[in-house]
Amino acid sequence: MGELAQYLVTGVGIGCAYALTGSGLVVIYRVTRVVNFAQGSFSVFAALTVTTLLAAGLPHGFAETLAVLLAGVIGLIVGLVATGKPGTTAQSALIVTLGLGVFAYAVEILLWGDQPRSFDGIPGSVGGIQKHYLLIIGVTAVVLGATALLFARTDLGRALTATAADPYAARIVGIDVTRMGLLAFALGGALGGLAGVLITPVQQVSFDSDVALVVSGFSAAILGNLTRPGLTLAGGLLLGVVQTLVGGYLSTSYQSEVALIFMLAVLVARAGRRDVLEAA
Amino acid sequence: MPDLLTVTGATRRFGGVYALRDVDLDVRAGETHAVIGPNGAGKSTLFKLIGGQLIATAGTIGYDGRRIDRLAPHRRARRGIAIAFQDSPVFHNLSVTENVMVGAHAVTRAGPVAAILRLPRHRRDEVTIRALAADALARTGLTEWADRPAAALPLGQQRALQVARALCGGPRLLLLDEPASGLRGPERTALATLIEQLRADGLSILLVEHDVAFVARLADRVTVLDLGRVIAHGTFAEIREDPAVITAYLGGPR
Repeated sequence: MGELAQYLVTGVGIGCAYALTGSGLVVIYRVTRVVNFAQGSFSVFAALTVTTLLAAGLPHGFAETLAVLLAGVIGLIVGLVATGKPGTTAQSALIVTLGLGVFAYAVEILLWGDQPRSFDGIPGSVGGIQKHYLLIIGVTAVVLGATALLFARTDLGRALTATAADPYAARIVGIDVTRMGLLAFALGGALGGLAGVLITPVQQVSFDSDVALVVSGFSAAILGNLTRPGLTLAGGLLLGVVQTLVGGYLSTSYQSEVALIFMLAVLVARAGRRDVLEAA
Repeated sequence: MPDLLTVTGATRRFGGVYALRDVDLDVRAGETHAVIGPNGAGKSTLFKLIGGQLIATAGTIGYDGRRIDRLAPHRRARRGIAIAFQDSPVFHNLSVTENVMVGAHAVTRAGPVAAILRLPRHRRDEVTIRALAADALARTGLTEWADRPAAALPLGQQRALQVARALCGGPRLLLLDEPASGLRGPERTALATLIEQLRADGLSILLVEHDVAFVARLADRVTVLDLGRVIAHGTFAEIREDPAVITAYLGGPR
């Protein structure tokens, strides 16, 4: 397979992690209006947990699943801390998530040290492409598809969507809005955890890996105003591909700039029209 | 007829200002009860105390023989109190049917885990909810609009949709907050006919309304508020002759 095709598949694989991170941000933002700055730490925490679980002798698959569920629980806890007190504004909650993200650094360094870690993914390659990238793409497709179904086809999804549209009216028609917010945080946590677990075999993870992931995930999400899952997926994949191409043909040191430039471009384009975070 | 809703001594203070002072009100099973009064009389405050969006400074609210005044709004919904209109616009990002189905959320039993894993329990719930929604749409004359986005409905149909959403949870008490406001003649008549139909179906209804003709047509009994107190209650014919009511509405020596 040609070099370009390899870069494309690799880029889509990396982009899937961005899309999952961005989707976590979107789920949380839509329901609670909170931009969750702790999103990247879900990924790091889950990935580092997998290294420990594997070292303890747990089989692949089981360890990863457990870590993703743990990330969901951590998401729930972050949600509780950030939004649990009645009357907390989205802005205060945002600051709390920022604080929790920094706190996560301390916990992660205490538990796992400050050196990068990794674990094995699916071994082998087809046509010059590591099989693990195909696994990333497949799992992401299934999970984002299931998430879309959850929102479109279930009572819970309708309640979450109604809360996103108008929390005040949702409360009046009998929806426990606080509970919906916590569920969104748990779901966001699990999506973030999955991103970390999937990406770590091809990109080492350390306590501060969350920055790169969140910058790219946020850039993807901002393309869809933090509210549109489809555009977030498209943005994530696009970013992954462009970053990989830039890394392959120019220099890997430009990769994070790509996300920042992308985010700036979207923000500048949006600012000309409406306040980005208010337009829902 | 026994009382379904009993408000006793309801008081709500905002800082030093009494929005509501020592208000008694009861809604009998199967009746349509209206609360009227000039602007600032405390109608909305009373409504919010019953719905749970505000908590009373003093007084009690009983529903179906139990106190509900400390319950969160969604818990009151679960007990069978549904609210429609002013503060509860339709969800514009959902279809008409989906909007109605949201109304059943309060009474579904399968939890989030069942929904995420799409367990059989959740699927059974979905089938039930869909049937309830179809029934609510039929009762409110919205069947032909079912698959449209809710945002595309004309105002009259949006009001009907709010009623349908409230009905989908199978409530016993319907709280209607200014149902007629902003509606034109024919839409208003259609809505009044719908509310009469709901009363005939056995629902208890409490409505807060400015439009006196609307109240005269629908209400079995009327409670009149002014400056946060009850100044009269009785049938529409009775309160219409009441000097205190006439003074409150038309002005004059107090």
